[in-house]
Amino acid sequence: MMKIQLRFFASVREKLGISEQTVEVPAQVKTVADVRAWLCARDALWAEVLATDKPLRMACNLQMCEPDTLISEACEVAFFPPVTGG
Amino acid sequence: MQVRVQTEDFDVAAELAALREAGPEIGALVSFIGLVRDINDGARVAGMELEHYPGMTEKALHEIAMQAAARWNLIDSLIIHRVGALLPLDQIVFVAVASRHRGDAFAACEYIMDYLKTQAPFWKKEQTPEGARWVDARETDEHALKKWEAPLSASMARAG
Repeated sequence: MMKIQLRFFASVREKLGISEQTVEVPAQVKTVADVRAWLCARDALWAEVLATDKPLRMACNLQMCEPDTLISEACEVAFFPPVTGG
Repeated sequence: MQVRVQTEDFDVAAELAALREAGPEIGALVSFIGLVRDINDGARVAGMELEHYPGMTEKALHEIAMQAAARWNLIDSLIIHRVGALLPLDQIVFVAVASRHRGDAFAACEYIMDYLKTQAPFWKKEQTPEGARWVDARETDEHALKKWEAPLSASMARAG
C-alpha cells in the first residue's frame, strides 16, 4: 500500500464533485496511468470522467507527466483538462 | 526572472519602468498583454473565472522563463498572470522580456506565451447567455509550439 494525494481541477473537479483526496493505493498501482485506471474502477461516474479516451492532462509532484510516470510514497497526482490560460 | 500569479490588476507602465531599472545594458524591452474578449466561439462573454493549480502554476511559469533564458540572451523577464473573476477588456496576462538586442526579446516573449498557453495550469470558465462553460483548449496553441522544436531554430540562426 502506498499513500498518495489526489488533486482535481476545472471540469474534472466539478464533475467528480471533489478537489482533493488522500488515498492508499494497492501495491500493483505503480504509475500515474495505474492510478487513473484504479480510480476508474470506483464507479460509473469516475469511469466516465477519467476515461482513457478523454484528453486529460496529468501531473505528478507539480510537474506535467506522462502516463508511465512512476508514483512514490506521499506524491501528489493531479488530473485536469488541457489548460486554457493566457 | 519574476513570476507573479495574482487576482489584482497590473500597471503596465510601472512594470516596464521597474524592468528598465534592471540595468543600463538593456537595449530592448518587448512586452505582451493578453486581454479578456467579449466574444468567444460565437457566444457573448459576460465574464470569466480563472482557476489555477497553486504551486504548480508558479513552478511551470518559472521553468518556461528559465527555458527562454537558456535559449536567448536575456537580461530579465517578468510574467504576471491573473486568476479569479475577470470581465471583458480586463488585462489577464503580461509578459515582458529585456535584452540587449531586439531579436532575443521578441523571440523570447513569443516563446514564453506559446508555452504558457499549453503548459501552465490555468483554466477559464466563461459566463455566456447560455450559462457557464469551460473553455476548450485550441489545437492551434499546440501547433504554435512546433516552430520552437526545430533542431536549429530560426532564432539561433538569426543570432549567429
